[in-house]
Amino acid sequence: MSYSGKTSSSMSQSLGTSDKLARGIGWFSVGMGLFELFAPRTLTHALGMEGKETLVRACGMRQIISGIGALSDNPTPAIWSRVGGDALDIAALTPGLRDENPQKHNVELAMTFVAVTCAADLYCAQALHKRHKYPSSMVYDYSDRSGFYRLVADMHGAASDFEVPANMRAYPPMWAEFTPEKESGLL
Amino acid sequence: MKALCWHGKNDIRYDTVPDPEIEHGRDAIIKVSSCAICGSDMHLYDHFIPTMEKGDVVGHEFMGEVMEVGAENKELKVGDRIVVPFTITCGECEQCRRGNFSVCERSNRNKSLADKMFGHAGAGLFGYSHLTGGYAGGQAEYVRVPFADKTHVKVPEGLTDEQVLFLGDIFPTGWQAAAQCDIQPTDTVAIWGAGPVGQFCIRSAVLLGARQVICIDNVPERLSMAEAGGAITINFDSESVLERLQELTHGKGPEKCIDAVGLEAHATRSLDSVYDRVKQAVMLESDRAHVLREMIYVCRPAGVLSIPGVYGGLVDKIPMGALMNKGLTVRTGQTHVKRWTDDLMNRIQEGQIDPSFVITHTVGLDQGPEMYKTFREKQDGCVKVVLKP
Ligand SMILES: NC(=O)c1ccc[n+]([C@@H]2O[C@H](COP(=O)([O-])OP(=O)(O)OC[C@H]3O[C@@H](n4cnc5c(N)ncnc54)[C@H](O)[C@@H]3O)[C@@H](O)[C@H]2O)c1
Ligand SMILES: [Zn+2]
Ligand SMILES: [Zn+2]
Repeated sequence: MSYSGKTSSSMSQSLGTSDKLARGIGWFSVGMGLFELFAPRTLTHALGMEGKETLVRACGMRQIISGIGALSDNPTPAIWSRVGGDALDIAALTPGLRDENPQKHNVELAMTFVAVTCAADLYCAQALHKRHKYPSSMVYDYSDRSGFYRLVADMHGAASDFEVPANMRAYPPMWAEFTPEKESGLL
Repeated sequence: MKALCWHGKNDIRYDTVPDPEIEHGRDAIIKVSSCAICGSDMHLYDHFIPTMEKGDVVGHEFMGEVMEVGAENKELKVGDRIVVPFTITCGECEQCRRGNFSVCERSNRNKSLADKMFGHAGAGLFGYSHLTGGYAGGQAEYVRVPFADKTHVKVPEGLTDEQVLFLGDIFPTGWQAAAQCDIQPTDTVAIWGAGPVGQFCIRSAVLLGARQVICIDNVPERLSMAEAGGAITINFDSESVLERLQELTHGKGPEKCIDAVGLEAHATRSLDSVYDRVKQAVMLESDRAHVLREMIYVCRPAGVLSIPGVYGGLVDKIPMGALMNKGLTVRTGQTHVKRWTDDLMNRIQEGQIDPSFVITHTVGLDQGPEMYKTFREKQDGCVKVVLKP
């Protein structure tokens, strides 16, 4: 018997735009981090900042950690931490802006790039927060949802006719005092 | 037909998929009238359960009308209204004959995969990864029910979907969690988690006559529902769980502890939760065990830990010394649904309990994906979502 239809793509889905953006940022962050960690010299050379390889590697580590966080089931804190990271990157790039640096132009490009990333991170963090936050200002009162038709006090022990299966009993019963005679009766 | 399908972490979609067909003589096809989102679905949604594949139909708490039955199925006929237990049971193997339905030896068709992972496989489950058989789930318009001649609960006339739907999962789950505590009239039962399962643990513990029922969570509206059911509540955001439990038990600890939280435990003000988060993020640990640790620590010596909360893989830093030296009993497992449903159906009919108290949202199946998010983030006062295909 066939009831209806055939396979097709989806009409509604649980991932919102901000969730997808966070995924993108996460992968970007991991990729960027790996690059900084393993090829720091390429960067320092292009930016005229030779000798700062350790700093670049540290930034790489930070990017990888925040990237993993952004790809987790709770990306918001990681994306917020990236906003702070972007500010650190800008601070780290600033010394490269001195006039003697022959690669000053590249540093400016890099700073623009970081600024754009920062804007994306900020937008994403705010959107994620809005989409996923628990609205603690709202109050829902479920104090009338006991599930019982009568007062709770009346329902106390109402199912004491229930027999706990033998393999689920807490032998020896914890409430019973131990006496050898009782024990033999129990086992 | 339309169904909710898993496509990756936090990615559930309302898709069109092929209709199910009878594959075996004991099968039945049902047209789903109501289904629900369960806390266990969150573990799939957050991708903590391995062996999910893109396009898998999810959902394991559902009911509906029988549309078609296989040739060997003598128990059901077209038009029957049934609730489907989420643990698929053959009813004939050694475990089923003992009532251990959730470890049925025959219903998991990917047994060898599960044997490798767990040593020995459990039963087949609907919509819950390929480790449990890779069966299409019930958040769909139609479902194929394997071993349907045994895997069903017939609904008597006069009961609404909302009253009986949860017999497929969370009501018997809460009941089994309480039953395996062997509750005595002198017992304090402490329940971690005021989600739907925790709520049914509370009602069950009250019905079974516990002296005192305590519920721990940090979501105010869930705690208010817990209180309505007869629990004393502890908000772990604003109070110390250990201190309050000591106070309420004259320093001796609760005799019975129930973990209705599982592998995605949250924690505030605790070092071990930071540890878990970090290890989980870098895949050195799959499950967050904060609640387990807390239970082992506070439970009264010779007490019982009952664990309906789902765990998927490996946990870390379990205080085995405390567990062993205190002589605690641990009881856990997926629920042996069919073992309890006849009795619970009677209790519903007799008016002991109306399980619909827990429903806060009823929407169309097409809104399911968004409701996964709402339920996960506990937005809009969400406690339990029912979907209508
Ligand atoms: N054994 C079974 O057969 C079975 C069946 C159904 C559900 N489950 C499991 O039961 C668990 C609960 O299911 P649910 O539907 O109620 O889900 P849920 O996610 O709605 O409920 C979990 C609750 O635990 C609370 N919580 C989180 N961390 C906590 C902590 N540290 N201390 C106390 N409370 C904490 C959350 O705020 C939430 O209210 C899940 O793990 C689910 O997979 C097991
Ligand atoms: Zn479930
Ligand atoms: Zn079986």
